[in-house]
Amino acid sequence: MYRSAVYDEPLFSEMISCAKGKLKPVDLLKNTIKRTTKLNIPDVDETQVVRHLHRLSQMNYCIDSGIYPLGSCTMKYNPKICEHIATWEKFVCTHPYQDISTIQGNLKIMFEFEKMLCEIAGMDSFSLQPAAGAHGEFLGMLLTQAYHQCNDDGKRNEVILPDTSHGTNPASATMAGYKLIEIPSTNNGTVDLDYLEKALSDKTACFMLTNPNTLGIFESDILEISKMVHDAGALLYYDGANMNAIMGIARPGDMGFDIVHLNLHKTFATPHGGGGPGSGPVGVKTSLEKFLPIPRIKKTKDGYYEFDYDVAESVGKIKEFFGNFSVILKAYIYISMMGRDGLKEASEIAVLNSNYMKKKILDSKRYTMPYKDIRKHEFVLSCEKLLHEKQIRAMDVAKRLLDYGLHPPTIYFPLIVKEALMIEPTETESKDYLDKYVDALIKIADEDSEIVKNAPNNTSVKRVDEVGATKNQILTWKMI
Amino acid sequence: MNLIPNSCLKDFMLKDIGLNKIDDLFLDIPKSIKVKELNLPLGLSQQETEKKLRKIACKNQSFNDILCFLGGGIKPHYVPAVVKSVISRAEFFTAYTPYQCEASQGFLQAMFEYQSLISELTGMDVANASLYDGATALGEAALMSIRVNGRKKFVIPRNISWEKKSVLRNYLKGSNVDLVEIPFDIKTGKIDLDYLKKNIDENISGVYIENPNFFGVFEDDVDKISQIVKNAGSLFIVGIDPISLGIAKSPGEYGADIVIGEGRALGNFMDFGGSSLGIFSCKKDFVRQIPGRLIGLAEDKNGKRAFCMTLQTREQHIRRGKATSNICTNEGLCAIAAVSFLSTLGGDGFENLSKVNFENAQRLAGKIKSVSGYKLMFSGVHFNEFVIKCDKDTDIINKKLLKKGIQGGLVIDNWFEELNNCMLFGTTEMHSESDFDALVSALKEV
Repeated sequence: MYRSAVYDEPLFSEMISCAKGKLKPVDLLKNTIKRTTKLNIPDVDETQVVRHLHRLSQMNYCIDSGIYPLGSCTMKYNPKICEHIATWEKFVCTHPYQDISTIQGNLKIMFEFEKMLCEIAGMDSFSLQPAAGAHGEFLGMLLTQAYHQCNDDGKRNEVILPDTSHGTNPASATMAGYKLIEIPSTNNGTVDLDYLEKALSDKTACFMLTNPNTLGIFESDILEISKMVHDAGALLYYDGANMNAIMGIARPGDMGFDIVHLNLHKTFATPHGGGGPGSGPVGVKTSLEKFLPIPRIKKTKDGYYEFDYDVAESVGKIKEFFGNFSVILKAYIYISMMGRDGLKEASEIAVLNSNYMKKKILDSKRYTMPYKDIRKHEFVLSCEKLLHEKQIRAMDVAKRLLDYGLHPPTIYFPLIVKEALMIEPTETESKDYLDKYVDALIKIADEDSEIVKNAPNNTSVKRVDEVGATKNQILTWKMI
Repeated sequence: MNLIPNSCLKDFMLKDIGLNKIDDLFLDIPKSIKVKELNLPLGLSQQETEKKLRKIACKNQSFNDILCFLGGGIKPHYVPAVVKSVISRAEFFTAYTPYQCEASQGFLQAMFEYQSLISELTGMDVANASLYDGATALGEAALMSIRVNGRKKFVIPRNISWEKKSVLRNYLKGSNVDLVEIPFDIKTGKIDLDYLKKNIDENISGVYIENPNFFGVFEDDVDKISQIVKNAGSLFIVGIDPISLGIAKSPGEYGADIVIGEGRALGNFMDFGGSSLGIFSCKKDFVRQIPGRLIGLAEDKNGKRAFCMTLQTREQHIRRGKATSNICTNEGLCAIAAVSFLSTLGGDGFENLSKVNFENAQRLAGKIKSVSGYKLMFSGVHFNEFVIKCDKDTDIINKKLLKKGIQGGLVIDNWFEELNNCMLFGTTEMHSESDFDALVSALKEV
């Protein structure tokens, strides 16, 4: 049986501090800004620091602990070699403003990486600057604006999205100043073309779509959707969160998408770091290339790499320097290692694993799966049956999975599935693990409902009162 | 190497779910858009990959190959081995966002400690669990000031990095906000106080200053600035280099409402400019307007102390189009590095580090200005960067320095025409006296 480490680990502020030295203010500074009070940073010895953070780490589940099938998050195993190489001093100790003759290695990687992404996504050009998927979406919206303004079509102020879209999509569009139009999905769980037709107008700037969508369903009408959107004079935006389903099989560029973002920390196996750093490169078709952030990287005839800042119509910068280079480097290593054959197989097996799990779980008849049957790399179950029969909610199932030592799926998303469990196993899980997960889900459905509702028990803390935390708002040591 | 364990069980699994071949799983993708084969090389073995990357790495020169004196808001700092050890724990670096708090207590507590430490440094009540970088933190701070008071003008100093300015403009594009730039005093390098006084009014949502500013100079008229900003009812936003806060007051002490900055220097490598760490902290009155994640103290059902993500109704995964920001992925691991870094140094060590940075820069500036043809541009007291005006063309100086294995300062006259032949030098605890002497004797020769 799984058991998480349990420590009653104090906060740094509660540890016994060494005697503090006295602050010696710096004479040259004016009194208005001269520090005169000591900083309240605990002075603890190195052993204490290491043990404290070591123990905390032991109370944390991660991909190296086991399966982590969060839907739309693509938590695949992160090859150790990527991490190893990315810590080489030749990479980590370079300054972004160094003379370009001294950073040819970095520029070569970025230049070649852009080309790799262009090929994988079927786009003409990529910017590596965005630090995350949502950041890429925001850049996508800025590019959309620049494109329409350049065509004297700046009145387009609406962005259309399906009701299955990720929360970041509407948030990014709003941040860029767009009005949102959300359209419902069909009974199949796909874009409703009638609603789309009605929503499209000369006000539409862009239609944002994830394909396969967040239900794991491929939008088979994509070519028709693309035509409709373009006929209306709008652009088609691809949220690349689900790219792991189609690498080497189909490309957003060929589907008609004008702007694409990819998540390197999902599809290309870079670690998520408990929330980041990530990287969300944005690819475009030729018509939008001139708007991409600066600098662009160029290769001269004699194989020398240069930055090009002289791009008159560029939107400028979206992040300082060139993006999260350390993440880009790891993804470059991953793609080099996988190659065209490996990437395709990754997607094939990711989809196979998902369909295998889906079939086994549905055969058990404990869970239901609304909408169309054929799914890609992820699928979304509903716990409605358990709710009616045993008052067990998706949240309870998730918490009980923790007792089995398995990370729960994404829950309560997409919003159109009641009591949703959104499962994405990825290609890096073995059949054994998939079977184990399926068994656990079936067992939980058959367990006494009190056990499930009282879970988890084997974690470092029992079920946490998140509502209470919101009410109390204790966000720092001082507020305790 | 096999990163795809089920590839050998493919046929068995397909059969098990009633399918014949892999293609059956992709029948819903129109044939016309199916890819025949990607135009990429075949995969490499790990050994081949490492060899390939070693060759590429050799085309770089790191801080340890050339002496680097670049400023511009990013400089090398020492990363203690403890930090490397902590952030290379897979439990931290291969975890996802802590959606399931019961299985993520370690990360959550570490982030709570991060928020606490950052609040202490900045003198604010709360800090979030990180943004992408200092520039996007400025963008988010400007947007937050607009949410708080609904005003439509935002004030920045003219002398912030052009990159930051460009990011800020992009963050404000959706909000119809006017940016007002305050010039700097050509003698001191500080903000032009009179201009600020004359140009501030009740339409200004927030006033941003940097301390130290882009020229490395401390804005020491902060009490006056704070008063001017408060009188107009605007928010006072301060950008910091965290390392300076061991010798300088926390902006909270001089009335800041929001404090942001680039936190890379807290235990992270330069990484060619990324990863990075966006610091965001503010007064607790604005807690519901904060962008990004917040970790809160909670209790489990037995009353035991626990931690969880909190006030999530501000965030995009709940509030969608009405969220305070679109940010989802942040820079969590860099924040863990900051916790390890600050706790390893402790208060005493951190104050000392700050002092060493300050003193090194005073010494280096003194040495450079003693060479004929180089003078210190501004009279304002500087932290670990400073502007040097050269008699000769800066690009030529830098080319000659490079031949001697030295990367000179950042040439800044592209952005400030009145600073012709000016370079922004930076130094930290990483430089020794002999490094300074090497630079100075090279400058004498170029």
